[in-house]
Amino acid sequence: MSKLQVSLYRYHPETDSAPYMQEFQVDTQGRDLMVLNLLEMIKEDDSTIAYRRSCREGVCGSDGMNMNGKNGLACITPLSAVVKNNKLTLRPLPGLPVIRDLVVDMGLFYKQYERIHPYLQNDTPSPAIERLQSPEERDKLDGLYECILCACCSTACPSFWWNPDKFVGPAGLLQAYRFLADSRDTATRERLSELEDPFSVFRCRGIMNCVAVCPKGLNPTRAIGKIREMLLANAT
Amino acid sequence: MSNMRSLTFDAIIIGGGGAGMRAALELAKSGKKTAVLSKVFPTRSHTVSAQGGITCAIASADPEDDWRWHMYDTVKGGDYIADQDAAEYMCSEGPKAVFELEHMGLPFSRFDNGRIYQRPFGGQSKNFGEGGQAARTCAAADRTGHALLHTLYQNNLKNNTTFLNEWYAVDLVKNANGDVVGCIAMDIETGEVVHVKSKATVLATGGSGRIYASTTNALINTGDGIGMALRAGVPMQDMEMWQFHPTGIHGAGVLVTEGCRGEGGYLVNKDGERFMERYAPNAKDLAGRDVVARSMVMEILEGRGCGEHGDHVFLKLDHLGEEVLSKRLPGIVELAKTFAHVDPAQEPIPVVPTCHYMMGGIATNVHGQAIAQDAEGNDHIVNGLYACGEAACVSVHGANRLGGNSLLDLVVFGRAAGMFIESALNEGIEYLDANEADIETAMKRITRWNESEGGESVPALKRELQNIMQNAFGVFRQEDNMQKGVQQLAELRERIAKAHLPDKSGAFNTARVEALELDNLMEVAEATAIAALERKESRGAHSRYDYPDRDDVNWLKHSMYFPAEKKVGQRDVNFAPKTVDMFEPKVRTY
Repeated sequence: MSKLQVSLYRYHPETDSAPYMQEFQVDTQGRDLMVLNLLEMIKEDDSTIAYRRSCREGVCGSDGMNMNGKNGLACITPLSAVVKNNKLTLRPLPGLPVIRDLVVDMGLFYKQYERIHPYLQNDTPSPAIERLQSPEERDKLDGLYECILCACCSTACPSFWWNPDKFVGPAGLLQAYRFLADSRDTATRERLSELEDPFSVFRCRGIMNCVAVCPKGLNPTRAIGKIREMLLANAT
Repeated sequence: MSNMRSLTFDAIIIGGGGAGMRAALELAKSGKKTAVLSKVFPTRSHTVSAQGGITCAIASADPEDDWRWHMYDTVKGGDYIADQDAAEYMCSEGPKAVFELEHMGLPFSRFDNGRIYQRPFGGQSKNFGEGGQAARTCAAADRTGHALLHTLYQNNLKNNTTFLNEWYAVDLVKNANGDVVGCIAMDIETGEVVHVKSKATVLATGGSGRIYASTTNALINTGDGIGMALRAGVPMQDMEMWQFHPTGIHGAGVLVTEGCRGEGGYLVNKDGERFMERYAPNAKDLAGRDVVARSMVMEILEGRGCGEHGDHVFLKLDHLGEEVLSKRLPGIVELAKTFAHVDPAQEPIPVVPTCHYMMGGIATNVHGQAIAQDAEGNDHIVNGLYACGEAACVSVHGANRLGGNSLLDLVVFGRAAGMFIESALNEGIEYLDANEADIETAMKRITRWNESEGGESVPALKRELQNIMQNAFGVFRQEDNMQKGVQQLAELRERIAKAHLPDKSGAFNTARVEALELDNLMEVAEATAIAALERKESRGAHSRYDYPDRDDVNWLKHSMYFPAEKKVGQRDVNFAPKTVDMFEPKVRTY
């Protein structure tokens, strides 16, 4: 079996004037490793390669990267799912500034998350026990709260590439809807009024790259559609 | 040294997991100048991987439920070396802490009446073990840790907590009196090393499962707080007590929640036999984790393991039906498909006991204050140093933690530490500033790596360490094997002290972080090994072939490992809860 051809995006701000691709040949011994395991193998020989990782099971969202052109989590992406013609190209998530190698500056992404006030707001006094919520009301949060903030979706979104400062992006909007949909949240009006402008929500063109890449199988486009409906209903 | 930048806070919290962020939330609300310093963005912390839930007597599944029953289970589960005042505090304060989380927005699953969903977990009983299985674990499907961690991060944003994200704490700074007055930390993005001054330093750095070759723990769980404390001379309590979770996915080590068995799943051997009926006739698959893990290993050793090599057993879930699996265990279905290549609705999951949780750690009181001992064995507070969550040993878990008690531990004691530090700051704290020599001491190890010119590589040494621990300090232990392990670790320490960091650059140098982590793994491994060798009995998670019985005459005690002498002493277990009668040690059966 021939060795896997890995092409890796390299950039070190202290020594490189421009990024470049470095080639590696890796003997996987025929095993269907996760992409993260492959990176670990390469890093054992070249410790200068930088990438983020933590849980290695797809729940912490650290290792979002672009693998043969598609964003995903390295730790839950088996080689068999991405390698084509025995070749794998690994790049940082697109659209965000690169700090080093596969590590991007997530600042803009987090800023858009913070902008939607991602916490429950309820202006009634807290009861002595929990606030009650029916299973049907709780079901409305499924497909929303599971987001792991890996940024695979927003960095695959052309609208976010174009207006990362003004368009909230799929991840932020998914969370905006998570709180709009929560029967315990009382700030619906304020939340909607902050999203009314032409950019925050309406820059979404329904391209659905977000849905195609979400490693958790979530559907930000649908959530954005729901927010639009609420905004339109609110306006009439 | 003098050109090093310094940052000053009232309180610095090292670690952005559940415990750290719960402590930070309390302090942020108080208006104190506080920061959370975390080597990863907070929602990447290992709390995110907790699945099954948070155990607490909120009387939802059973309106008659009582925190005292939970306390009884906790003390029994810990094989009677949990501190009863601490277990009392956790179980009685728990409902308040859980309701707070719900009010903050945590998306708990619900019963039809709108209350929080609770599921049965291992080691749970009603009426002090007399009333049958309880259902006490509050859950958000099987993603409770994720839901909890994100909720805490969100509420810290709401309260404008300062975060130093992707900063790595290198070592504690002590003043001439031995008080902890801050730490040396590195901004990972730039490589800049900074002196952080603080009146209260909270170690909320989590566990260290990465000392073992096979673990459910995240790659970041390298015992950084334990390493820092040991290097600062702080003793460690009960470090021999490591929990092996019964259901790690064979080969991958990824956790499969005990909630699977809580929802009705069970373990079978190669003959299809539900073998836990033989080992724990009453609780069966919901016996304590130590009991289940040992039973599994016995099955494997006696030739009844599954698969080509007979080296695992099966967790059967298919009889639960698609509905329960998709509603209650959706994350498990995902993980099983990804890491075991099985659909649990059709086939069983291959599982094996896997290192999961460190019961030991920095001894603290219920306020999170770190405790050391003088030469006569008397407790004293380490000024300025606090710990909470898995890094701490308060001790509510004793020799074996119950499932769902770790999330409760971290919110209850994170909150308690935050409250205590706030009042201590209000009363006024003054410590002597660290001088140049104190700072230089704390800089020693990062300087060593930065000046290294040759030597062995970090990943190879790490693998060796993990294999030593896996082979000599696993589910079953014995003297000769552990002796050998201790000796191998001593040799390894010498080699690590001469190991090489080839990449000396500043920006996002993960090789430097991994080198610094290796020192911490070494500290934790050695403390574990020496304490395990010393405890000559079997209790909870610590099982010895050569001392198969519990020895309450000599070992109804905490162990205390002293790093300078590499010696193990003992510390009294607390048997004096404030509002209930203490639970007498009994024979522990399920």
